[in-house]
Amino acid sequence: MGGSYIHSHKYWKIINSYIMKTNKHIQSKITFLLGLILLTTIACERELSEDIVEATFTTNPEVYIDGFSSGLEYYPYLNSKHDAFSVDTEVKYSGSSSMRFDVPNVGDPSGAYAGAIFRDDNGGRDLSGYDALTFWAKSSTAATLNDIGFGQDFGENKFQVSKRGLRLSTNWVKYTIPIPDASRLTQESGLFWYAEGAENDNGYTFWIDELKYEKLGTVAQPRPSIFNGDDINVNTFIGVKINVSDLNQTFNLDSGQNTTVSTAPGYFVFTSSDPNVAFVNELGEVLIESAGSAVITASLNGIEAEGTLTINSVGSFAFAPTPLRSPEDVTSIFSNHYTNNPVDFFNGYWQPYQTTLSADFSINGDDFLNYTNFNFVGIQFANPTVDATEKSNLHFNMYIPDQVPSNFDFLVTLVDFGPDKVNGGGDDTRQQLFVRNSPSIVADSWITIEFSLAAMSTRNNVGLIIFENINFSSLNNLYLDNIYFYK
Amino acid sequence: MKINSKNISKTSLFSCGMIAILFLLNIACSTDETQTVTTLNTLVWEDNFDRSSATDSLPDATKWGYNIGTGANGWGNNELQYYTSRPENVVLNTEGMLEITAIKEPYLGSNYTSGRILTQGLYENAYGRYEARIKLPWGQGVWPAFWLLGENSSGAGWPSIGEIDIMEYRGQEPTIVHGSVHGPGYSGGEAITKSYNLLNDRFDTDFHVFGIEWGPAYINYYVDDVLYNQITPADVTGDWVFDSNKFYIIMNVAVGGSFVGNPNVETVFPQTMLVDYVRVYQ
Repeated sequence: MGGSYIHSHKYWKIINSYIMKTNKHIQSKITFLLGLILLTTIACERELSEDIVEATFTTNPEVYIDGFSSGLEYYPYLNSKHDAFSVDTEVKYSGSSSMRFDVPNVGDPSGAYAGAIFRDDNGGRDLSGYDALTFWAKSSTAATLNDIGFGQDFGENKFQVSKRGLRLSTNWVKYTIPIPDASRLTQESGLFWYAEGAENDNGYTFWIDELKYEKLGTVAQPRPSIFNGDDINVNTFIGVKINVSDLNQTFNLDSGQNTTVSTAPGYFVFTSSDPNVAFVNELGEVLIESAGSAVITASLNGIEAEGTLTINSVGSFAFAPTPLRSPEDVTSIFSNHYTNNPVDFFNGYWQPYQTTLSADFSINGDDFLNYTNFNFVGIQFANPTVDATEKSNLHFNMYIPDQVPSNFDFLVTLVDFGPDKVNGGGDDTRQQLFVRNSPSIVADSWITIEFSLAAMSTRNNVGLIIFENINFSSLNNLYLDNIYFYK
Repeated sequence: MKINSKNISKTSLFSCGMIAILFLLNIACSTDETQTVTTLNTLVWEDNFDRSSATDSLPDATKWGYNIGTGANGWGNNELQYYTSRPENVVLNTEGMLEITAIKEPYLGSNYTSGRILTQGLYENAYGRYEARIKLPWGQGVWPAFWLLGENSSGAGWPSIGEIDIMEYRGQEPTIVHGSVHGPGYSGGEAITKSYNLLNDRFDTDFHVFGIEWGPAYINYYVDDVLYNQITPADVTGDWVFDSNKFYIIMNVAVGGSFVGNPNVETVFPQTMLVDYVRVYQ
């Protein structure tokens, strides 16, 4: 207000000098100046900025207080229990009613879980002046909610947020779901959503009341992250698509507790250090364009996110040789050129000794298995098992990037599950097929490996292929393709 | 048009009156609404923490010394930090702010380092308005403080020498600060204390002013423009030791200990207390 003080002081001096003059225009000038002062006074009292922009969407922060706020509509998910939500006038935190959610038991014929969006169908709201969605909640039993949040609108879901694993208690507790960057929510119609399944197969009830947006003023210290804050390294090829994932925003609340919410890419700005090598779009979808290196980073509301993706693009990918065998001679487990038998898993993640991870990828629609940190891994296909009696051979293609270790020694084991058709049970038989080091095992090139199955006398319930390093082989990273049995 | 001088003077008088009224309205409109929180306004000592030269980033040695190490039993509170005089822990930044930074790092047997500076032997006084403008750190187990300690030439020791805590804060309670006194019969867990809770705001997102006005038989505590505490001899459960000793200023960031509890995996390090100025008025 010091500004307007100086303003009027200046006018006082001007007025003074004008009054001294014996000028016939004094009167009109005084009137004019009076008018100006009046305007200054009015301006002073009104405190209006010249730069006001008309807000075009309502800033109503209320979602559910004692009833649906204006414009709010309820849309349950298709395969959820549609009547999971109701209004409860008996159990409530305050006022006349609360939102009641009855989560179904496992096996409930009317729906597998409870979940819905609550959407403002009046065109959306301007939530940019708030910093959190808050509500009071209580539960019939201590429970952990799968998902609860806002920003889901059955449209683009551009600014969707989920608080995962919210723990409910049997007494009313106030919860805060912070908005990752409220300046983005100038027209948001997805005001609230949730999804929750049974706890230990049992349904239960929870209530939510006083559901509204607030400007708490105490949501602080933002720490965004991608890939859960990890620095990821990938060796990859032109044409591969990778998504930036595990996008989170963490705030500290006035309780002193940190809270993390999972966020849609819409809040982030993604950057590639070399878009010619790897181009990243506004959804965090990365497309590898050429050979070279690039680092993908992100920021949320100007704050650099923790976590990076370093792309090492080798360049063009050489595809495995196209199999030429006739489909009726082939029982395929993994190939884009044949119809594949059902596979239970391509990586059993067998604990505690397996270190092998999977980084499978696709290029131009052609899929490849990629085992990293390799020691051993299993591919199981027991539903149904494979009758390979008529197939005399096993075929697969293998690609070793960079370098073949000098101690390369590779074992393939086929397991027949026997009449019980499951792994174990005392009726299984195994066939070992050795891939020894030889001049034909080369790096950066597709190798074709074929074995006769003549020695495997029982092979009508083949259910598992195990690949493993033997004799301390230090093979770390390999691709596989076109795994099939053939005549 | 012939202008009647009588008319002019009437018009002028009326206009002047209107102008005066409107002028007054403007003033009324623009008057600062500051509460009378502070009464002592004669500056007697200050540090604005401006660098004396572009490269000289250490606090003024004529005003501040350092406490070094872990004291006795973590400075009497089982605190975890090792105080150093390194610029990593205590420095004047290029914006003219003092930074006291707690760092999680192994150092001479401790797992954290930080800084504690004091005017002991350099500026010691009694009574006055002691004020600092500070942006506080945050997180479980972080304990910054702006306080006064009585000098000990009498050998009486603590708590008889007296301690005035102008501002203490637990990092896991970012909206609350505490003002206290410690003295004989009312020390440590028995200190006389009152807390101030900031509404719709927190102390780690922007600067706030923390101060006391201390005179004979009273100490007033304020945060920004709110007087939130007055402590007098009637409030303490022992002798009032604040009229008879000289006190010096201490600024520090402690980590862990009995007042705040230890940091946990959620605590982000490093944590910095940013001080714009410290001023003493009488």
